[in-house]
Formats: sequence, C-alpha cells, structure tokens
Amino acid sequence: MRPFEYVSPTTKAQAVSLLASNWGQAEILAGGTDLLALMKDDVVAPKRLVNIKDIRDLTGVTYNAQGLRIGALTNLGDLADDANVRKNYPALSDALIEAASPQIRNMATLGGNLCQRPRCWFFRNGLGLLPKDETGKELVTDGDNRYHAILGNDGPAKFVSPSTIVPILIAYGAKIRVEGPKGKREVPLEKFYVIPKTETEREHDLQPNEIVTEVVLPASTGVKAAHYEVRQKQAFDWPLAVAAVALKMNGSNVQAARVVMGYVAPLPWPSPEAEQVLSGQSIDDDIAQKAADAAVKNAKPLSHNAYKVQLARVSVKRALLKAVSGGAA
Amino acid sequence: MRDDDSNKKEKQDERSGVSRRDFLKISSISVAVPLVAGPKAVLAAGEQVPVHGPGAGAMQFTINGKKYKANLEPRVTLLDALRDEFDITGAKRVCDRAECGACTVLINNKPVYACSVLAIEAQGKQVTTVESLMQQGKLHPIQQAFVDNDASQCGFCTPGFVVACKAFLDKHPNPTAEDIRHGLSGNLCRCGTYHGIQQAIAQVAQKGA
Repeated sequence: MRPFEYVSPTTKAQAVSLLASNWGQAEILAGGTDLLALMKDDVVAPKRLVNIKDIRDLTGVTYNAQGLRIGALTNLGDLADDANVRKNYPALSDALIEAASPQIRNMATLGGNLCQRPRCWFFRNGLGLLPKDETGKELVTDGDNRYHAILGNDGPAKFVSPSTIVPILIAYGAKIRVEGPKGKREVPLEKFYVIPKTETEREHDLQPNEIVTEVVLPASTGVKAAHYEVRQKQAFDWPLAVAAVALKMNGSNVQAARVVMGYVAPLPWPSPEAEQVLSGQSIDDDIAQKAADAAVKNAKPLSHNAYKVQLARVSVKRALLKAVSGGAA
Repeated sequence: MRDDDSNKKEKQDERSGVSRRDFLKISSISVAVPLVAGPKAVLAAGEQVPVHGPGAGAMQFTINGKKYKANLEPRVTLLDALRDEFDITGAKRVCDRAECGACTVLINNKPVYACSVLAIEAQGKQVTTVESLMQQGKLHPIQQAFVDNDASQCGFCTPGFVVACKAFLDKHPNPTAEDIRHGLSGNLCRCGTYHGIQQAIAQVAQKGA
C-alpha cells in the first residue's frame, strides 16, 4: 500500500471539502473492506483517505409509515438484524445475511456496498474497467469472461455490477441521497448506476467530491418480495446470478411488479420484459417461467458465459415463486 | 504493506525530514528540540481538521485490556501493528484481503478481519485477540473443545477460527448445524478440519460455556 494522508472529518460539509474534484486524488474510507484491498493491489492509489466514520448523522435506521431511512454508515450486519428491516423488508434482510461473511458484515457499510468497485478480474489486476491490449482490442471479449456480463454488454464495459443487495433495494423502490459541494440530491437507485464508456468514468453517478448520506425505501404495505442468488459455494462467495422481485399485490394478482437482476450486466438490470408478463397475473409455475424467459430474452452471452443465461433465468423464476409462497411483506 | 522492512526505519525518518543519523545527533545534544512536529491540520468547511501521515505518527491502542503505543504510518493495518509492533502474533497474515479469516480479532466484541482495518482506526476501541482467551494457564472452553475434537491440523487458521467461534457462540448460544456453517463462513481451513470445528462448537454450546 502506498503512503497516504488520513483525515477524519466530523461533519458532512468537512468531508465534502476534504475530497477532491477529480477521481484518484482522495478516496472515502468507510468500512474499508473493498478500498483497502484495492489499495494493497495498487488498483487505486489515493493521496488522501477521508475517514467518514466519525460523522454522527450518517448512521442509524429509522422506520415510519412513509418507509425506511438507512444511514449510509450503517453496517450490513446491523442492518440485517434490524427489527424493522426483518419485519417489513424481509427480502432485504435475506440478501444482507447472504452477503459476505460475518466479519465483513461487521465492517462493511451500506454506502460502501453501493459504491464498491466491480469484481472483474481484469480490473482487479490493474488493467482498467474497460481493459484493452496495446492495439485497442478488448481483452474481455477474447479472454476468460466466464463471470462477465450477458446483458448490457454491447459497449466496452463487460464487467458485472458487484453489489448483491442493490437489486432488492431497487425492487423495493429505493432512492439514494448524496451530498456534495452543490448541496444535496436524491436519485432513484437504479439511475445511480451508469455504464462507463471511457476509462476515466466510474460505474456510478457519484461525483468525486460527493458522499452517499442515506438510502430511503418507500413503505412496503401489500408488497411480496424475494431475493435469490446462485453461487458456486454455499456461503461467502460472489454470486453467478442474482434476482430480486417485489410484487405489489391486489388480492392474489400482481398489480405491479419489479424484477431486477444482478451479476448479469454492468448495471443492476431491471427487466421491464418480465414485469410486463407478470402484470395482472396470479403467479404460478407457468407464469414464473414465462417471466423468467422474458427476463433473459435479450441476453447476449460472451464466449465463456452462456451458462449464466440459464442461471439468471432460474434465479428470476425461483425469486418469483419464493415471493408468492412465503416472502410476504 | 511493509514492502521493505530492512529499510523501514530509515525511510520513515527520511519522510519526516530527519534521518536516523540526524535524529541521534539531535537527541544527543539537546532534548529541547521537538523530534516530531505536532499534527498538521487542513481547513475544511471553516474548521481545522487534523491531518495524519503520510509519515509515522504517535498512536495508542487498547489490546486485550492493556495499553500499547507505537509510531505508525496511517497505511499500517491493525494486523501488521499487532504482529510487527507489539509481537501479538496470534492473528495470522494469510490472504491479507478480507477473505480467509486467519486474522480474525474482536473490535468492541465484534469479529472483524484485522488485515482490513487500519491501525489508526482501531485507536480508542477495545481490540481482543486470541491471546486473551486462555486464563490462568487454563484453555478457554472453545480452545479445549478444539483439542478434544481434533479441530486443527496445521493450525494456521486455528487462532482466527477460535476467535470467530467465540464471537459466534456469544451471539448464538444454541446454534443449529446450519447456523454453525453459515456463522463461520468467514473462516477458511485449507486442511479441511471443518467437521472437527463443527463438533467443537456443538460441544461448547451443549455445555453452555
């Protein structure tokens, strides 16, 4: 790890002014579980770390009739154990319990989880987010792309969005709040993620001198939701496919559906195709299968990852069946 | 992170603008010369915020109930501080990437990976390592259960596993087999002693220790 200077602001305004207006100068240190690994591998080499853990109003989980507000510094373990989350957003609690190991859940924060960098092994080996060889040829296309994108991969970005909890947050209708030199702004979580077209862009909409302050979820009354993921290992592994669904029910029929896949595209990938199939339907095995087929209809696998199409399809189907069979809330 | 231990001291001193040779000269002629400048500060939103590093600065820790002091750079992890500065070597440096669990320690009674916490962040908190478990020459019940159930082979993962098991049992005193598998998923054993470890935890849980 290269040397850096370390500051611990106590207010959001201090933190914002200690960050730099260009990427690469300063990084935010929250849980540190991703950042320190990137620094040890020299993938990022900031000159300053801005530790935000001394900022008091970035923590805490509050729940009322309007919904849930989660401070960005809340760690994943505390969030998974929160009584209101377990009761009202059980699919989020499920996703959190599946995310990483107990040790990581005690350190990693929600804000850090939303801003963690992609797991793409080209990126983690210092070849960049959009890795190319000296002739400009894309390395992922011809290289080992078994864990790469099957959707949204027609541009130079072939990595997959790394958070396992973002799909269920989007399905529940989450918004993210950030604060920067120009003040506060709120963005629907699905709009927070972007596909970078050049190496100088990041995979999210956060500016280099903005911090994530909180995430808000609307009330979950009448919603049935579920999270499902497929991994090579039973525990503590990056998934091969994630599906999250939230179904606003009208009796036994779906009034409105959100279906969001993870680990399939450079973005968390909502599927309006699947949502359309579900609208107005009572979910049974047949409808769940049709929605799952629709979700991966436009998949374009790379040379080594066609298997992920089936995993994504099965994840969507199983998430839907899980939601209606017991994932109430 | 300690890329070159042999030159470490010299490099640190050079960064502070005072070589070790100069330092010895200064300290031999006058104790009044400040050896280390006070913390720098930067103006942020109208207030002075102290700046630590990139050179070494004074840090204080509470480890296993005892106070420790060291001069460390901000880039030093808690794990490296424990092992290299304080000779508390129970926590092991294996993957150094928050994956294997061999460096598991407790911070304020919660298990974390010491390789992925900066030492500077651990100041003012209670750090507990495997060294604190044995009391008056008697193994902690979890350590004894590891012995009784043949739960280690090469032993390199054992200290981290023991600490993780203690934290797990404190939170789940009556675990199911599934709870144990899930709750200890943050520790890896390359020898594959998982079955013995599961039995060790079950033994301690039954005794209610």
